Amino acid sequence: MATTNSRSLAKLMLFPSVVLLLIWMIVPLCMTLYFSFLDYNLLIPGDNPFIGFLNYEFFITDPAFIESFFNTLLLVGGVLLITLGGGIGLAILLDQAIWGQNYVRIMVLAPFFVMPTVSALVWKNMLMNPVNGLFAHFASWIGVTPVDFFAQIPLLSIIFIVSWQWLPFATLILLTSIQSLDREQLEAADLDGAGPFSKFFYMVLPHLSRAITAVILIETIFLLSIFAEILVTTSGGPGYASTNITYLIYTQSLLQFDVGGGSAGGIVAVIIANIVAIFLMRLIGKNLEG
Amino acid sequence: MGNITLKQVTKSFGDVNVIKPIDLEIRDGEFIVFVGPSGCGKSTLLRMIAGLEDTTSGNIEINGQDATDMPPAKRGLAMVFQSYALYPHMSVRNNIAFPLKRAKMDKAEIDKKIANAAKILNLDSYLDRKPGQLSGGQRQRVAIGRAIVRQPSAFLFDEPLSNLDASLRVNMRLEISELHKSLATTMIYVTHDQVEAMTMADRIAVFNGGIIEQVGTPLELYNKPNNKFVAGFIGSPKMNFIDAKSPDNDKVASIGVRPEHLQISTEKGMWSGTVGVTEHLGSETFLHVQLDGAGTFTVRADGECTLAYGDKIYLSADPSKIHHFDKDGVSINKV
Ligand SMILES: Nc1ncnc2c1ncn2[C@@H]1O[C@H](COP(=O)(O)OP(=O)(O)O)[C@@H](O)[C@H]1O
Ligand SMILES: [Mg+2]
Repeated sequence: MATTNSRSLAKLMLFPSVVLLLIWMIVPLCMTLYFSFLDYNLLIPGDNPFIGFLNYEFFITDPAFIESFFNTLLLVGGVLLITLGGGIGLAILLDQAIWGQNYVRIMVLAPFFVMPTVSALVWKNMLMNPVNGLFAHFASWIGVTPVDFFAQIPLLSIIFIVSWQWLPFATLILLTSIQSLDREQLEAADLDGAGPFSKFFYMVLPHLSRAITAVILIETIFLLSIFAEILVTTSGGPGYASTNITYLIYTQSLLQFDVGGGSAGGIVAVIIANIVAIFLMRLIGKNLEG
Repeated sequence: MGNITLKQVTKSFGDVNVIKPIDLEIRDGEFIVFVGPSGCGKSTLLRMIAGLEDTTSGNIEINGQDATDMPPAKRGLAMVFQSYALYPHMSVRNNIAFPLKRAKMDKAEIDKKIANAAKILNLDSYLDRKPGQLSGGQRQRVAIGRAIVRQPSAFLFDEPLSNLDASLRVNMRLEISELHKSLATTMIYVTHDQVEAMTMADRIAVFNGGIIEQVGTPLELYNKPNNKFVAGFIGSPKMNFIDAKSPDNDKVASIGVRPEHLQISTEKGMWSGTVGVTEHLGSETFLHVQLDGAGTFTVRADGECTLAYGDKIYLSADPSKIHHFDKDGVSINKV
């Protein structure tokens, strides 16, 4: 990819897919933008008059918005923290030569192939149910009061479920990266008197920085729009305790049939996502270079 | 202090016996080269000395102390890897400082040592670069720098020059030899290249299939090889071997003559043959001669040699320069 020739050829080849993606994105975006300025409620037939920024005003000043904004950040941040921490730990473990390595690896990856709704239902009914769930049984077995997960710690419970789904992804990316770490480097560090912690902080972690960045960026994109897990477990409640922006937009437009308000929320979500993206790229994007 | 003693050391990977029992005494301050074809266990033995591989049986003593089960860092040895194994995320300065920091040395002392190493190895202008921004030769120097600041009791080198181009290799060879002279520290140097072995070593250990065939100074190995393997491995081009009988000793099964010990004549000699391919190097010429009996001889002639393909010639050698081997390839000194 060095000569001017090959670079412009590359651009030419990319052109069709870029155009297609652009149309794919621009048309819904424009329609959403258009609806967001209308007084458009499916329950109130008739004209859909232009009302300026009123929809935005309502959406942003709604107390539920602030709450769901912070819920979104907590959800994304919490899942990132757990999947990265757990992913690095698992990747290091899986990198060791252990008996039945391949089977263990497949098992660790399995949750990623389970549909979000299914996994959320399994967690809700089999594990976290306060009466019949495994966790409740375990709690009464050791003699403590079972936690009613979705009533007492709804957001945290959702963070757990989503983390369980995304842990395999993080583990997989980090594992492939760890496997490319030069063994002679670690041996040199052994001779240099580095203990396990020095080796982790000076060799493994810097080597993983690219993979970690990739995991953060990719997961953030998907985690900003978590929806199914909330719908099938808490439905955003109690109150707005586990509502994120995506779910709030859903309630606005599909439960209250307020197309205008929902569209305004959508545009706000797009803006937030862009702010997060710019922020992340500034913060860690340089890790991807070179 | 840096003498290392190997006593009946062996190594197996599963069922595969990679190092057969080896005894070797490495003396303080000497430059010893492990040489042998690839896959014969040189690196494995070096890594066992470093503590990077477990010893299956036998003992390794470093400075008179049993080090067989000592962790690598405790052995006081420094290793330079074939891939250099520099830490890519650290500057050259931090690479060199890494072992010192792990040893909890104080800052001023570390700076002094880095400055000193940088001076010896001409690294001053690169100290703040990352390894990725350096050329192969510079990386090599950084790896050596990281080794010398620790003041190890011995240096271990595993084919350190094999990633460098030919001219740089000659330079680095000289630099490492000079470093050995100035530090006077034990160095164990692994290579598959007999030229490196001959030019750098105080003593050479020739490896073959997990055993040491012979240990000795370069000239000892050249003049008095113990067996056909050592005779063929040391010296370039290789020694010529032909099956032969001797009227004086019925054990002789083959003889060997080095290309540089053959004289060419157009009238008479011990062997007659036809000139095949000739290789002109300017300073010398190598002739590949098809003998009238069986086999081919490589012959070193002078640079102005005008013999050409198809010429009939006679070859002979000073009897004292002819090596005799029995049917197992072991040298017979008295004929
Ligand atoms: N970790 C290992 N597991 C199994 N066999 C190995 C391992 N390391 C080396 N070997 C084998 O041991 C032999 C000697 O290898 P090595 O010491 O690297 O040879 P050299 O450095 O002389 O080229 C080779 O046949 C190689 O295949
Ligand atoms: Mg080797």
